[in-house]
Amino acid sequence: MNAPPSRHEAGLTFEEVRILRAGVPLLELDAHIPPGEILTVMGPSGAGKSTLLAFATGTLDPAFTARGRLWLDGAEITHRPPQTRRIGMLFQDDVLFPHLSVAGNLAFGLSAGIRGRAARRARIEAALSEAGLAGFGPRDPATLSGGQRTRVALLRTLLAEPRALALDEPFSRLDASRRARTRDFVFSHARARGLPMLLVTHDAEDAMAAGGPTILLGG
Amino acid sequence: MPERPGLLALAPAVTLGLIALPVLAGLAGTILPGLGLAPALGGTRLDLAPWAALLATPGLWRSAALSLGTGLAATVVSLALTTLILAAWHGTRPFRLIERALSPLLSVPHAAAAFGLAFLIAPSGWAVRAVSPWATGWQTPPDWLLPGDPLGLSLIAGLAAKEVPFLLLMSLAALPQADAARARRAALTLGYGPSTAWLKAVFPRIYPQIRLPVFAVLAFSLANVETALILGPSTPATLAVRLTQWMRDPDLALWLKAAAGATLQLGLVLAALALWRLAEAAATRLGRAWITRGTRHPRDRLPRAAGALAAALATLPMLAGLASLAVWSVAGLWSFPDALPASLTLRAWSRAAPELAGAALTTLGIAAGATALSLALVLACLENATRRGRGAGRALLALLYLPLVVPQVAFLFGLQILGLMAGLDGGPLAVTLAHTVFVLPYVYLSLAEPWAALDPRLAAAAATLGAPPGRIFRRVRLPMMLRPILTAAAVGLAVSIGLYLPTLLIGAGRVATLTTEAVALASGGDRRLIGTWALVQAALPFAGFALALGLPALLWRNRRAMRPAR
Repeated sequence: MNAPPSRHEAGLTFEEVRILRAGVPLLELDAHIPPGEILTVMGPSGAGKSTLLAFATGTLDPAFTARGRLWLDGAEITHRPPQTRRIGMLFQDDVLFPHLSVAGNLAFGLSAGIRGRAARRARIEAALSEAGLAGFGPRDPATLSGGQRTRVALLRTLLAEPRALALDEPFSRLDASRRARTRDFVFSHARARGLPMLLVTHDAEDAMAAGGPTILLGG
Repeated sequence: MPERPGLLALAPAVTLGLIALPVLAGLAGTILPGLGLAPALGGTRLDLAPWAALLATPGLWRSAALSLGTGLAATVVSLALTTLILAAWHGTRPFRLIERALSPLLSVPHAAAAFGLAFLIAPSGWAVRAVSPWATGWQTPPDWLLPGDPLGLSLIAGLAAKEVPFLLLMSLAALPQADAARARRAALTLGYGPSTAWLKAVFPRIYPQIRLPVFAVLAFSLANVETALILGPSTPATLAVRLTQWMRDPDLALWLKAAAGATLQLGLVLAALALWRLAEAAATRLGRAWITRGTRHPRDRLPRAAGALAAALATLPMLAGLASLAVWSVAGLWSFPDALPASLTLRAWSRAAPELAGAALTTLGIAAGATALSLALVLACLENATRRGRGAGRALLALLYLPLVVPQVAFLFGLQILGLMAGLDGGPLAVTLAHTVFVLPYVYLSLAEPWAALDPRLAAAAATLGAPPGRIFRRVRLPMMLRPILTAAAVGLAVSIGLYLPTLLIGAGRVATLTTEAVALASGGDRRLIGTWALVQAALPFAGFALALGLPALLWRNRRAMRPAR
């Protein structure tokens, strides 16, 4: 990060962010992620990678205190609740809702701005076929393969029309062959929408594929 | 994230108030009249006459000793059986059978269970009939005093049969927190026999977590009325039974004596709890010595057999008793020593039907009201705790046990007197509120753990998808919690349906539920009629549990991850 963070530009900006646990500094970050680019964060377990993601999405545990500011597309979102930040998140496990069908999960994510049952269903069907999952709508998420579940989770996230994406090792549970394909799928879809991405990973291959700058936490 | 404090933030305070205020006010309303301080009853200055009258009652100390003895014995027996069952069978295949039988067993009301046991062990009951005359040679029923033996043995058996399922359930809930599976495995790899491993490595961690439930068992066993009325001795009866008789007497002087007696009952329970704590300390020292001795009993066969016996003792008499209720309810002529009636008839049913239907409706109405109110409050408390990012405090959990540990007679009577002073007439609404005091703790206990076990990332995922807290509650947490919520509702219904004393005292004897009517039949001795009432009393809660199991299975038949883990 040579250039100073440009908080008024499009993208996701961490301005002198410091996160403390019980008063002890855990991590610091000062970075700008332009649209379509990926900032990769690596580091051993306990270095605060997940904490950083929780800070970004507004789900930080009260045990932590955070300083600094968070900007998204020129607006400060540091104190906004998670549901109005518009930062989508992909989890290590897909965290699909087990009580809803695949289509139900997508409908949960789909912005309420799209009105009418038919229109919503059409939008969901289109998303599914675009992802090579046509006809999967009525399925129970528990019957899907790992790669399919990750794709559904991404679709759900994208249908909520986020302006940035937080990725918490979303590929770590996939086997090697599916891993590269799913990763390309996620990255290309997010890039096509111009979303800045914050990727947390253990895997050097993920970092290489991301192509952007890499930060080492707690190193 | 900071939320606007709304109605939700008030939930814990409202819940606590609803539980603690009636207990504390009721205690005051009991203790003070015993000292002559009851303006509504004409007493305004300190007067020890009620106590003097109480102490002059013939057989008082025998009643008190009987209460203390049966209460402590029932608790020891229940805890011992529970521990044996867990030590011998936890983690084995047969144990799943026991786990499945738990909820239905737990749903049987105390009165129905007591009637069943009474029918089983009576001189002309099934147990004797089964072995007569071929083994005993008896052509007429033996002349023994069962149930109602002077030592209260049948009472102890009846209490234990109901309390073992409760303690088992509470222990099962505590096992994951105690890291039981790993502790046991570690002990096994060190060469300990399976049951010894459980007793030495797991039980010491479980016990502190089930201490409050054990206290509740002790307090209930010591002060319960309906089981003692049906199975306990009558000359004299236990203290709680005699108190209830005095409280229902129109004579005012007896009321004041009853108030003093209820205070004595409270003292008895407190003394028993203190005694239990002392015994705990002694048992801890002995247990620690045993644990550190290193004896491994690698092939501990005896506890396995003992555990099987304990499981049989805890389940079979109750099941046989319920079956004998059913047989008696349709029995025509049934002479001794025939094992089955000579003819079957529905006469008892058609005779009881009109009153049964009315009482069943009243019972269900009160149970539904108390359960709905409890569920709403408990869900509000849990949701509030989740949004604030912390669990319920230990203080709340301890206070939840207040109505379960303070003897019912000691505060319900006071509430009744306070109600009289305020000019309130005990109707179904008052009874529903009184039931809520007892239903709510059980609803909370049954819902809190599954709620806490819900993956917090599901809510985080919903929030990052733009869902506000209210939507997360309605669309994610509530449907995902459907099974535990229905189970908690079934527990609540079962508790309310089985409540005797709150209905009797707060309803001033005018609110007729299945339980009050069934217990009232005890003195009459019409087995066919008792059979019908007790059976319906047991069937309602059972139906609730069946629904709670069946509905989610139907709704989630296409959702593999929503099925129960075991």
